[in-house]
Amino acid sequence: MQVTRDELLHIAKLADLELDEKEVDNYLANLEDILNFANIVNNAPVEGLDITIGANEAKNVFRKDEVKVFKDTESLLQNAPDKDQNMFRIPKVIE
Amino acid sequence: MDITELTVHELQEKLKNKELTSYDITKAYIDRIQEKEKDVQAFVTTLEADALDKAKKIDEEMKAGEVEGEFAGIPIGIKDNICTKGVKTTCSSKILENFVSPYDATVVEKLNSEEMINLGKLNMDEFAMGGSTEYSYFKKTRNPWDLNKVPGGSSGGSAAAVAARMVPWALGSDTGGSIRQPASFCGVVGLKPTYGLVSRYGLVAFASSLDQIGPITKDVYDSAMLLNIITGHDDRDTTSSNQEKVDYTKCLKNDVKGLKIGVPKEFFGEGINEEVKEKLEEAIETYKELGAEVEEFSLDIAKYSLATYYIIACAEASSNLGRFDGIRYGYRAKEFKDLKDLYRKSRSEGFGPEVKRRIILGTYVLSSGYYDAYYKKAQQVRTLVMNEFNKAFEKYDVLLTPTSPTVAFDIGSKSNNPLEMYLSDICTVSVNIGGLPGISIPCGVDKSNMPIGMQLIGNKFQEGTILNAAYTFEQKTKFRENHKPTFRKGEE
Repeated sequence: MQVTRDELLHIAKLADLELDEKEVDNYLANLEDILNFANIVNNAPVEGLDITIGANEAKNVFRKDEVKVFKDTESLLQNAPDKDQNMFRIPKVIE
Repeated sequence: MDITELTVHELQEKLKNKELTSYDITKAYIDRIQEKEKDVQAFVTTLEADALDKAKKIDEEMKAGEVEGEFAGIPIGIKDNICTKGVKTTCSSKILENFVSPYDATVVEKLNSEEMINLGKLNMDEFAMGGSTEYSYFKKTRNPWDLNKVPGGSSGGSAAAVAARMVPWALGSDTGGSIRQPASFCGVVGLKPTYGLVSRYGLVAFASSLDQIGPITKDVYDSAMLLNIITGHDDRDTTSSNQEKVDYTKCLKNDVKGLKIGVPKEFFGEGINEEVKEKLEEAIETYKELGAEVEEFSLDIAKYSLATYYIIACAEASSNLGRFDGIRYGYRAKEFKDLKDLYRKSRSEGFGPEVKRRIILGTYVLSSGYYDAYYKKAQQVRTLVMNEFNKAFEKYDVLLTPTSPTVAFDIGSKSNNPLEMYLSDICTVSVNIGGLPGISIPCGVDKSNMPIGMQLIGNKFQEGTILNAAYTFEQKTKFRENHKPTFRKGEE
């Protein structure tokens, strides 16, 4: 499975990652190896089998939609990279 | 008596008889950490002062008869992807280097309600992605049996700390073998519970349909005790099961007569080291002597499982790790042009190379044009794997395999070859794909005195069965009495 440079850059962009030249070369080689190996799934005898999305019984788990207030604002904001009073500061979004 | 040699069930006994205080025990472990940490490098954060204060407080409460927890005053170490309120939870990543969780994980609440003492947070591969703990942003943990070898991963800090007697027991997490493989490499006991048995609330998500928290301990009895503490339904994890609580220590009968053990021959094929095979064959003979009915059979899923695992785990990781954007918590890049640039630079500077590799792989297999060929196919293979396991458990109570194809490898020998590193998970990943319980216990050492692990796999929620099988083997073979880590510096 050959992955092109452009494809890799497109994927990185989708994942919000910026790669330098060295990383691009490195990941191109790795991805080819890994995808060649992963191709084995296409030889598995899975004709007619359903997909499985979770490890346990697929059923909905319902709960009441209730508001639970987390009061410890201070411990939340102590992790903020940038803050102002009790708000997260982010760069300007609207020009 | 060296306190750190004792198992937790022995410590508990001595605490009850007042032969030891919590302070004695906690101090012994802190001294041991101070002696060995420079060699082993198991901790991201240590909590010496807090631990000693808490031990003193618990001793006073004990004197006054005010203690309720059965494990009050027993120390523990916790893998650094399990949230601890007020103490850093870094996932061994630069992006969470300064993250202090505002809440406790459910398992940590359970430890706290027993009044156990947290000795610190243990090193791991960044975001639990890896099999050697070399992908930690902070440090490389070393194997106490040979300091030039890896402890395994991703719970390498937890397994090495238990083996080096720097903690009496520890919590790890297992997505594709991350409890069992390091336990195997470090000669200790590691249990990955059935998916849903232990709440994942407060475990930083890697692959949500595969992750489970579990115990890493000196022996099987301790494993059963720690499992007793951490299981139970939790409303905050919708995948947590409603199973009735079991006392797993009561399942330890020291008897396997009539137990049906299946040995899948494909797990002993190509790539499995000869010495590993030999020790496993000896273990099979031991089980036969003990009265178990052992039979070889075919379970041809190992290679499909491994590919499926890397597709599903990376896909889920690429989605789970989308939350790290440098806004509300975590690392934020210093320079950026606009909001989008802030996301991109923060993530690119904050994540390490293996995490980025897996995010890219996961994004790729989920992207249009490849979704059907990889992700959908992998989900179908997941059904196949589950069906094959179901068939196997119609015939057998327990499946027996190596935990890892090899013993611990040299530091640096695989870190530049991701595919080779992935291949060392071949014996463990199918258990996560199937959501089954698996335990690794030591079954001997190779010629250079490196531990070899045996994996016992059970049907869903049959932890009692595999714990009993492991316990019976352990009572017969007494690994801990015969083999000890030497902290040798290896061949430089």
